[in-house]
Amino acid sequence: MGRLVRALAVVLGISVIVFLIFFATPGTDPAARLAGRGASPDTLEAIRHEYGLDRPLPVQYATLMRRLFWTRDLPSFVNRGQLVVPAVLRAAPVTLALATGAAAIWLTVGLGIGLVGALSRRAGALVTALGLLGVSIPVFWLGEIVNLITQDRLRPWFAWVPPLGLRDGGWADTALGYVLPCTTLAVLYAGIYGRVLRTSLGDAYRQDYIRTARAKGLGEARILLKHALRNALLPILALFGLDFGALIGGGTLLVELVFGLRGVGKLTYDALRNLDLAMVMACVLYASIFVVLANAAVDLLQTRLDPRRR
Amino acid sequence: MLLAIVTGTLLAPLYAGRISGTDPFLSTPMAQVDGRPVLADNPGLGVTPIGPAWETSWRGPYLLGADTLGRDVAARLLYGGRTSLLVATAATLLCLLFGAISGITAGFVGGITDTVISALIDLLWAFPVYLLAISLSIILVNEGLHLGPVTLEADSKLLPALILGLVYVPYVARPVRTEVQSLLGRDFVEAAFATGGTRLHILRRHILPSLWPTLLALAPIVAAMTLLTEAALSILGIGIQPPKASWGTLIADGQALIYSRPWVAIAPGLAVATTVLALNVLADRDG
Repeated sequence: MGRLVRALAVVLGISVIVFLIFFATPGTDPAARLAGRGASPDTLEAIRHEYGLDRPLPVQYATLMRRLFWTRDLPSFVNRGQLVVPAVLRAAPVTLALATGAAAIWLTVGLGIGLVGALSRRAGALVTALGLLGVSIPVFWLGEIVNLITQDRLRPWFAWVPPLGLRDGGWADTALGYVLPCTTLAVLYAGIYGRVLRTSLGDAYRQDYIRTARAKGLGEARILLKHALRNALLPILALFGLDFGALIGGGTLLVELVFGLRGVGKLTYDALRNLDLAMVMACVLYASIFVVLANAAVDLLQTRLDPRRR
Repeated sequence: MLLAIVTGTLLAPLYAGRISGTDPFLSTPMAQVDGRPVLADNPGLGVTPIGPAWETSWRGPYLLGADTLGRDVAARLLYGGRTSLLVATAATLLCLLFGAISGITAGFVGGITDTVISALIDLLWAFPVYLLAISLSIILVNEGLHLGPVTLEADSKLLPALILGLVYVPYVARPVRTEVQSLLGRDFVEAAFATGGTRLHILRRHILPSLWPTLLALAPIVAAMTLLTEAALSILGIGIQPPKASWGTLIADGQALIYSRPWVAIAPGLAVATTVLALNVLADRDG
């Protein structure tokens, strides 16, 4: 219960901050941005009135929130015919698919190399290096290079990859179109997860309970799976919750842009560029809700898996 | 490694001025190398040199080719690196400063001050980093910052530095606060209190010196993160503004040219990756 209240408070806090950034930064005027350069005072006044910008800030905030969550009929500031809530819900599956696919890859690969790294000393150094390399590559650039290879230089080998930005292909093309974006995104995380697992497995093996298990005569495989891994996965879980939440909350933006996917990241970015404040608020709230949910889920799982935290 | 990159970018004017003789910011569509035009009569397509020119000469212009405006990619890479490193360094310093101040205040004063600061830091922590950085940048990049006596022009390099520094404050403030709290429980600090040391004296003589290792260990990590995020913001067009160049804007320029002139994007990306990797290795050895 206390957790739920905390989570709600965080979402509320984030929405207030974003609202303040866009509506109340000193020296900026949202109406002037909507009107464009050189608008007359009359135009500005009319715009302020039309968008409700002439009302006190708390009222503006409350109205925005009510129309987002209660009536759900908040129109976009730029395209008055478009409602923001359906737009976010339409884009969400793309981002979710991207993040989930990437997570599946990086968890498999990361845990795999982490295990290998923990079991062999020489592989361990390699895993450490891979972890550092992964987090050092700018993801947008990696996407460009992947495109260069698969769409151009080695196109014959990658003929199965649909062209970028393909939207009306069949379900097979749609699914194949996610392979490279997910992989690109996974490269960032696989190495570091392998590295964290290697370290935490190493720590686990030095604990007394492992010695006890060995003394009882348990097999190495059983010790690894039942005793060491179970504890070594706890830090991975915490990391995963944060990373996955951050990805869904807009972290996929650069990958979406470079691969021409139209997910929440792209939606948020376009809204920000057009100063579509209604859309921005919707996207930000969507993102923060997911980030907070992911954190809460991790918290809950950790409590279940780790008897010390009960 | 890091040293080499920093030195390289510092020597950028030397390269542009003496070795290649090209101006990284000047569009020279009519330039010629060895009698061949740098850009053929259909700019953007079949043009020389679209790629590295090192087979002709190591010391000539266009070591890494030219972009569609005939600007030297190698020279732009070096100049862009200056901007990127400058912004990342400034952001790191700001971040350490803000983080240390808020962390020390929260940890040392305690009570309600601690509660408020910690709540703010937690909020910032829960905020998706990119979202916050992008929001701030969009507002500030267009209008500049006018806050009391402080005025930053919209195209200032310090603006991205300020934003990045702010966004990563929790990464510094949290460990600093924990460190201060643990220091307060240590014997030598308690002894200082017992012998009647004033709070300010204890802060200056006992707490601050013990914090240096923590801050030093954090510096390369923050620098690596800010460098990557600066690139991301510039790619999105809301970091460094043209005609200034950074590695991020070069990567962004390269996207449109990726199939015809891949080196425009490859070179700055490699530069970012190498620098960040060097910083991460440095952080790793410390930690």
